[in-house]
Amino acid sequence: MPATYEPIATTTLGSTTASVTFSSISGAYTDLVLVCGSLAYVTGDDDAFVRFNSDTGTNYSWTQLNGTGSTTTSNRGTSTSGIRSINGMSTTDKGTAIINIQNYANTTTYKTTVSRHSTSFAGAFVGVWRNTAAITSVTVINLGAGGFASNSTFTLYGVKAA
Amino acid sequence: MANTYVAIATVTVGSGGAAEIEFTSIPQTYTDLVIVYSARDNQSGSTGNDNGIKFNGSSSNFSGRRLLGSGSSVSSDTVAPYAGSSTSEGVTASTFCNNTIYIPNYTGSTNKSYSVDSVTENNATIAYQILYAGLWSQTAAITSVTIVRPSTFNFVQHSTATLYGIKNS
Repeated sequence: MPATYEPIATTTLGSTTASVTFSSISGAYTDLVLVCGSLAYVTGDDDAFVRFNSDTGTNYSWTQLNGTGSTTTSNRGTSTSGIRSINGMSTTDKGTAIINIQNYANTTTYKTTVSRHSTSFAGAFVGVWRNTAAITSVTVINLGAGGFASNSTFTLYGVKAA
Repeated sequence: MANTYVAIATVTVGSGGAAEIEFTSIPQTYTDLVIVYSARDNQSGSTGNDNGIKFNGSSSNFSGRRLLGSGSSVSSDTVAPYAGSSTSEGVTASTFCNNTIYIPNYTGSTNKSYSVDSVTENNATIAYQILYAGLWSQTAAITSVTIVRPSTFNFVQHSTATLYGIKNS
């Protein structure tokens, strides 16, 4: 049976790190899945954003739905410098996020994402990158002063439709 | 290329029903675990119930937050331990809840975070879509996972669960 869910690369942080980038991504898959585990931040910002192909321009937008355990919120960001994809990270407990990037290698459509996070919130984001280029690199970045905590793990998988 | 999304075991509930769906002696050779299951319970008159979860036989030290969409409203609550939902005998026959549990780094030495996606679809006005953020504040590697019936009611025949292991290399 052919493998249809293949690990592309993985990293476990040995120290506090602001961002993690997976580069030189092959176009051989249908979709990408980024799994973040043991996820925590050090100080300053409980959010994480995803960027593609090192694009730091304001070419992204996103919509968020969160549950705190007692209240629900929905927010929207447009013309941002990344797709907000994780929030509610803690400095102590360890969170999880799964980010799906669909049809990433096509050169016709803008690229969309769906992410779900299990942190101090239960929630999800959808996002778009207004660019038709094939995605060859993925960066997940914490914009806070401290960055992601040591032992946070990031694994990028490629999913093949056939 | 090695297959890295591997079905470890499947449990299908038989005609007698079952109080629990359990996976034991989980190999420690994967990076993440995924449990995909569909469930229905035998509580008459009920539309659905929450299922519990145990790691390594324990239902202690769990916490979590849940986000629910009913088709008309959104709410959030805290329930723990939670492993998804099951439809009950009070709703459309032959309809089962679908649930996915994702447990990353299950062999690691940090507290274990996990997520649950659940849908309780049926032919009625209200059906829920649920996201759940769960935390087991224990550092032990997970060697067994048990999905626990709601209250005293049993999972009915044809409820089924598959445990998958995912390797990152």
